[in-house]
Amino acid sequence: MEIIIPILTAAVRSGTPILYATLGEIITEKAGILNLGLEGIMLVGAYTGFSVAYSSGSAWLGVGAAFLVGTLMGLIHAFICVTLKGNQVVSGLAITMFGTGASSLLGREFVGFTIPGLSRIPLPVLSDIPVIGPVFFNHDALIYSSYILVLFFCWFFTSTRPGLNLRAVGDNPRAADAMGISVTGTRYFYTLLGAGIVAVGGAYMSLAYTKMWGELMTAGRGWIAVALVIFAIWNPARAAFGAYLFGGVEAFQLRLQTAGTTIPTPVLMMLPYLMTIGVLLFISIKKGKGILFGAPASLGAPFFREERD
Amino acid sequence: MKLTIEPRLSSSWRLAVFIPVFSLAAALFSGGVFLYFMGVSPFQAYRAILTASLGDAYGLSETVVKAIPLTMTGIAVMLSFTMLIWNIGAEGQIFVGAIAATAVVRFFYTDSRPVMLIMMFLAAGAAGGIWAAIAGFMRAKWSVNEIITTLMLNYIAMNLLNYFVFGPWRDPSSLGFPMTPPFPDTARLPVFWGTRIHGGLILAIILPLLFWFVLKFTRWGYEIRVMGENPRAAGFAGMNYLRNVVLVMFISGAIAGIAGMCELSGLQGRLQHGFSGGYGFTAIIVAWLARLHPFAIVLVSFLMGILLVGGETLQIVMRLPLSSIMVLQGMILFFVLGGEFFRKYRIRSVKDDDAVPLQAAPSGEEK
Repeated sequence: MEIIIPILTAAVRSGTPILYATLGEIITEKAGILNLGLEGIMLVGAYTGFSVAYSSGSAWLGVGAAFLVGTLMGLIHAFICVTLKGNQVVSGLAITMFGTGASSLLGREFVGFTIPGLSRIPLPVLSDIPVIGPVFFNHDALIYSSYILVLFFCWFFTSTRPGLNLRAVGDNPRAADAMGISVTGTRYFYTLLGAGIVAVGGAYMSLAYTKMWGELMTAGRGWIAVALVIFAIWNPARAAFGAYLFGGVEAFQLRLQTAGTTIPTPVLMMLPYLMTIGVLLFISIKKGKGILFGAPASLGAPFFREERD
Repeated sequence: MKLTIEPRLSSSWRLAVFIPVFSLAAALFSGGVFLYFMGVSPFQAYRAILTASLGDAYGLSETVVKAIPLTMTGIAVMLSFTMLIWNIGAEGQIFVGAIAATAVVRFFYTDSRPVMLIMMFLAAGAAGGIWAAIAGFMRAKWSVNEIITTLMLNYIAMNLLNYFVFGPWRDPSSLGFPMTPPFPDTARLPVFWGTRIHGGLILAIILPLLFWFVLKFTRWGYEIRVMGENPRAAGFAGMNYLRNVVLVMFISGAIAGIAGMCELSGLQGRLQHGFSGGYGFTAIIVAWLARLHPFAIVLVSFLMGILLVGGETLQIVMRLPLSSIMVLQGMILFFVLGGEFFRKYRIRSVKDDDAVPLQAAPSGEEK
């Protein structure tokens, strides 16, 4: 137990940026829009969060700014995919390239600085529970809000009118349109909101995880999140499980490195990526047997109101 | 009065030329505005880019040096995109191609230059091809999303390369730099005209011609075009999807791997950390901007070569990070996507009481 608890605690911490990104992508995809720009949005979020927190001294202002800039990136994607009916795959790649470049360019003045970042707030009573306490309730507030977000979206998708409307737009935009739901408006809204949440995941990297800014610091976590959405079959609770699983692999790998293992670092660094492929393969083979549901039916396809199917 | 959007029923060649050119110009303009707001003078930046890449014979040759791997990799991803298979993993395929070629130099060294080069060529092609075919097989057999797998394979290839150059293959006399010892001359491609332009140029000329011919005039080329446009129809026509996806991905990866070998053997002369500089990703823009046409890929590669040479200059002269050129690349993609809209649709103003005429559905390439 003495060894396990620190690894599990670290798993939650390193899983959190991926969890935010996965949640953001889930709500966007539920509306039928595929956003492959997560990596770029996370980087921009990490940069914005850090620079605002550094300049203003308030980490929370950084989180807010990251969210706003994230929604702006989402706006670009929504405009191309919804209004211009452009190719969502290419638009997402463009977002990633743009975000990677812009964050490197802007962040060049912040390399090497550190900030106090988000502080740890052990929750009273809850953090005293053995095992669960230190693992889940001895963190910063952004981690606690990710728990709330997971619970909220689980409830939102299944039990609220807007949640059902959202799923209708993603599954059958024509029917949703006939019901009087604005397909365009819904897709815009959730693409923006999703991108904002993804950017908060990036901000978590720079504000709480490393407490500094570094070029390309997300190192593929955005792409891992895209894969996790499939792993989670668009279910927020499963997304949390998957994100912590990946966080666990990362934490374990880092611990092995610091423990001075003889396994070379690059080999350990391959683990999360290998695992992504493994997980995706597992899910897809299962899907082949008809066990998997949940992909929004219109994912990736633009909606033409004037046309007939 | 209100505006309606309707599909164009036919597309003229004038639009096909005008729209990409206009998109590119608009992207460069917006990129300039963006640079300005980032505290970088756009005039200074663009002038630096142009003089470095086209200003003299050396600059021009450097642009060609960049255009070589871009053309090859652009052809590689074009092939998979034609089939609507998203090979985003050319970067990783370049890496494993280079690793395999290096392995040949280390373990199967011979004194004959042709034998050496052919062995490196084959090893790089096989490694890159298998690397991509893994993703292709999983895609065709179990519908595993190939965008994710090819990307993850990028990161794995990058770490594989790091493993070798930081570990067993590191040059003991490199003062700790992560690189292999320099290759002997027998493992180097010839260079031309006293520049750094290397033998890869020949492949960058042959491959577009070859694949233009294959896609346009052969039965197999026709098959993969049909599978890209309508997989269901292809299935009814008895075309073997699984075999073709794996084959296309293998060829795509093989070309990327060989591009890696050319870069290694023609230009850098040793395997090192941070070997490729993002050719695999830039190739995606190249293929898309060229609208998957092999000859246009050559032209666009040259344009991107200008940007890349310019990017290095920006790094040295204006001390901007190398990845800042990705801002421009992203912008170009945004505007090309926007431009596609005007190629496919036209905006018409109609009076409110006018019935909007129903038009035929646009081509299904987006589905």
